[in-house]
Amino acid sequence: MKVLMFGWEFPPHISGGLGTACMGLSKALIDAHVSLLFVVPKAYGDEAIDLINASEVIIGEETLSLILEEATVEESKVITISSGLKPYTYEESLQTCEAWNWEYISSPRIVKVLSGGARYAFSGKYGPSLMEEVARYADVAPVIGSQYSYDVIHAHDWLTFPAGIEVKRLSGKPLVVHIHATEFDRAGDAHINEEVFAIEKRGMEEADAVVAVSQWTKDIVVQKYHIDPAKVKVVHNGIVQGEEPAKASLPKISDSVVTFLGRITHQKGPQYFIEAARQILDYFPDVHFIMAGSGDLLPAMVDRVAQLKLSTRFHFTGFLKSDQIEQVWSVTDVYIMPSVSEPFGITPLEASQAGVPVIISNQSGVAEVMDHAVKVDFWDIAALANAIISILKHKGLSESLKVNAKKELKTLTWRRAATQLNQLYHEL
Amino acid sequence: MNSEKKRHLNLYFQLHQPRRLRKFQFFDIGLKDNYFDDDLNRDIVCRIAARSYLPANRLLLKLIRKHPQLRVTFSVSGVLLEQFELYAPEVLYSFKQLAETGAVEFLGETYHHSLSYFINCEEFIDQIGRHQQKLNELLGVTPKFFRNTELIYSDAIGKIVADLGFEGIYIDGIEKVLNGNTPNALYRHASEDLVLLPRNYQLSDDIAFRYSDKNWSEWPLTGRKFAGWISMLPRHERFVSLGMDYETFGEHKTSDSGIFKFLEAFIDSAAARKTITFINPSEAIRVLPAEQTLSSTRAISWADQERDLSAWLGNDMQRDAFDSLYKFHDAVMKSRNEKLISAYTYLQTSDHFYYMSTKKGSDGVVHQYFSPYGSPYEAFINYMNVIADLEFRIKQNTQRLAKMKNSVSNPLSVIPSDT
Repeated sequence: MKVLMFGWEFPPHISGGLGTACMGLSKALIDAHVSLLFVVPKAYGDEAIDLINASEVIIGEETLSLILEEATVEESKVITISSGLKPYTYEESLQTCEAWNWEYISSPRIVKVLSGGARYAFSGKYGPSLMEEVARYADVAPVIGSQYSYDVIHAHDWLTFPAGIEVKRLSGKPLVVHIHATEFDRAGDAHINEEVFAIEKRGMEEADAVVAVSQWTKDIVVQKYHIDPAKVKVVHNGIVQGEEPAKASLPKISDSVVTFLGRITHQKGPQYFIEAARQILDYFPDVHFIMAGSGDLLPAMVDRVAQLKLSTRFHFTGFLKSDQIEQVWSVTDVYIMPSVSEPFGITPLEASQAGVPVIISNQSGVAEVMDHAVKVDFWDIAALANAIISILKHKGLSESLKVNAKKELKTLTWRRAATQLNQLYHEL
Repeated sequence: MNSEKKRHLNLYFQLHQPRRLRKFQFFDIGLKDNYFDDDLNRDIVCRIAARSYLPANRLLLKLIRKHPQLRVTFSVSGVLLEQFELYAPEVLYSFKQLAETGAVEFLGETYHHSLSYFINCEEFIDQIGRHQQKLNELLGVTPKFFRNTELIYSDAIGKIVADLGFEGIYIDGIEKVLNGNTPNALYRHASEDLVLLPRNYQLSDDIAFRYSDKNWSEWPLTGRKFAGWISMLPRHERFVSLGMDYETFGEHKTSDSGIFKFLEAFIDSAAARKTITFINPSEAIRVLPAEQTLSSTRAISWADQERDLSAWLGNDMQRDAFDSLYKFHDAVMKSRNEKLISAYTYLQTSDHFYYMSTKKGSDGVVHQYFSPYGSPYEAFINYMNVIADLEFRIKQNTQRLAKMKNSVSNPLSVIPSDT
C-alpha cells in the first residue's frame, strides 16, 4: 500500500495538535509497512521522517504563467505576490498581543529557478496570507502527484483539501480526507468563515472516504456538512508512548496549581476556566491558576481576570515551547480542558503522560476514549469547580486518576489508529 | 514699571525616567530576582540626555547669563537623579551649574515618581524625604515647594505636604477645581498654610502638544507670538505658570522641529518686554497675593483629558495590578529584607500603570508613545509576573525568618543530640 499524504505542519515546527497527530499517524503507518509519501508546504529537514517539501517543487512555466497572470508581479528574481487577504482567524491578536502570539507569515514567495520554472517558498504557518498559501499548495500538488506513484491520496484538514482534490482529479486515485477539526469547532456556530466551510464541505464531498477523529466530529460532519454517515469512519487519535519526562526545575508558586493549556480561543472555553477559578478562590484563596497559551481571546481573558481581581492568582504564560510545556506540567496539580467543541484533544493525554490528573469536557472526542478523567459539561461551572477542588483536596482521587490514566494511555496507541486506516485504504 | 504691574511668568520643567521592567516571564518567577532592564534604561537616559537634557540645559545657562532676570523651576524625580549618577553624570554637572546661577529652583516630589500616596501615607512621606536627601546630596539644594507625581493633588495630599513644611504645591489649573476662577493667580489651601500654584495648561499644551500640529490654526508658533499672548492676558492676571515635560525640548519634539529655537526666541522676547518678569515659586509667594482658596476632595492630575487618576487606575487591569501591589505593602516592610523593600518601591513608579492604559484616541496615542510594550496586556502580564515573584520571595523570606526564630527560641535544637 502506497499513500500520498498531504499535511500542513510537522513537528517540531508546529503550532497546534495537527502536526503532532500527523507525525504519530505517519510513524505508525510506516511501522505497519505502508509506504508513505508525506508532503508539507515547508520542510525544515529536522523532522522525524522524510518529507516531501512543497517549497522545493519546481513548477513548469505553463502553470507559473497562469498564476502570475492573476497576481501583481514585479520584475525581480524573488517575486512576492501580495495577497490582499485579511488575516481571517487571529485578527484581534494582530492588533493587541502579536509578540506573544503566533509567528505571522507574509505572502508566499515565488522564487525563480535558474534552470527554468519556479518554486514557491511556503511558510507553512497560519497568518494573513493563509488562504493564498492554501491555493498555491493546490497548484503545486499535481506536480508532486505526477512525479510519484501511489494507491491512495490522504489529506489532513481543510488546508490540504484543495491539494488532495487536484491530485485526485489528475490521478484518478481514491481520496481520503481526515477531519482533525471543523470550522464549527474553531469558530463556533455564529462565526463560521464561509470560505473555509466551503473548502471543508467540498473536500468531504469529493472524497471517497472521510475520517473523523471522534464520534463527536463525525456527528458534526454528518449534521452540519450533510455527509453520508456511511462514508465517515471514526479513527481516534493515539499518543506516542513515552516515559514520564524528567521533572523540569521550576519553583512551585503554590501547593495547589490548576492549569489550562491550549490556544486561548473560543473553541477551548478559557472563560469557563476563569469562572470556575473565581468560585474556587472564594473558598481556597491560595490556589493558583496558570493560563498557558495564546490566542485571540487572551486580552479578553486578562481583562476578565483583572475585573474579578484575581490577578495575583492567575498567571498568563503566552505561547509555550515544548520544554516550557514540560515545566508547566511539573508544577501542575490538575489540568483542565473545558473545550466547547473539541474534535479530539491530545493535550489531556500528554498531561496524563506527565502524571497530571485531568478534567475534560463532555464536548470532546478524547472523552470517548478516556475513562480515567473527570468529565463535565463545559458550561457547568459549578461542576468544574467541584471537580477541581475534589482533586486538589483528595489525594486518593488525584493518585488513582494519575495511576489509572497512565495505564489507560498504553492502549491509546497510534498503532491502533494505523490499523484502522490501513483497513480503510484496502476497502477503497 | 514696578513689579506690581508686571505679569510674573513661571517656567516649570519636569524631568523623569522610570526604571523600566525587563521582560519577566512566568518561567522566571522564583528564579530571577532582577526585575529591571537596566541596559534599556541606560540607553534611554543617555539618548535623552544627549538629545534633550544637555542641550536644553546649555541653552538655559546661556540665556540666564544673557538675561539675569530669567528664572526657571525644575523637578527631577529621584529615580532619574540616580540614573544620571550612574549613566550620565554630565547632566548632574550641568544642573549644578544652573543651580549656582541662583536663577533656578528645584521642587520636591516622591523619589520614585510613585503613586505611593495611595498605598500608604508613611510610604509617601518616606519617599519625599528620600528625594530631598538625594537632591541635597547631588545638587546641594533643599526644596521648599512640592509637585506630586503628574501633579496629582487633593486637599488631603495638600495637608500632608503642608505638614511636611512645604510652602506651596503645584496643581493643574483645571476648570473643575478653579470653579470659574482664573488659572493665572496664586491660591491657598482651604485649611492649611499652603500656597497652590496652578499650571496654565492651555498655554503649556500649546508648547508641549500643539507646537508641532500643522492642523492647528496657530501653526507655526513662534516665540515672539507666544510671548505676545502672555503679555496680552487680562491685566489683573498676574501669575502665569507654564509646566511641561523637559523632554518636550529635543525628545518629544526633536531639534529639527525648531523647538530649541522657539524656546530661545520666546525667552528673549519675554525678557525684552517690560510687561513680563520671570519668577520662581519662593519669590512668587513673597510678591504676589494668594487670597482665595481652592479645594478638591477628589484627586486631580495633569494627565489625559480626564485630568484625574484614570491614566494609571482607569481600567480593571490597572486597578488589580495596583491593588495587588498595595496588598503586599505590610508583608514587604515586615520582611526586613532590603532587596525586597527596594524592589517594592520601584514597582510603585506610576509609569508601570500608565503602560497598562487601554484608552483610545489621542490620549491612547500618548500612552503608547511612552510604553516599551507592544500592548497594555503585555505590560500588565509582565508586571503581574514580577508581582508573583515578589510574593514568592516574601513567602520564602517569611519561612526563613520563622526558621531562624525557631532555632533561637529553642536553643536545644541547635545542640547536636549526642552531647
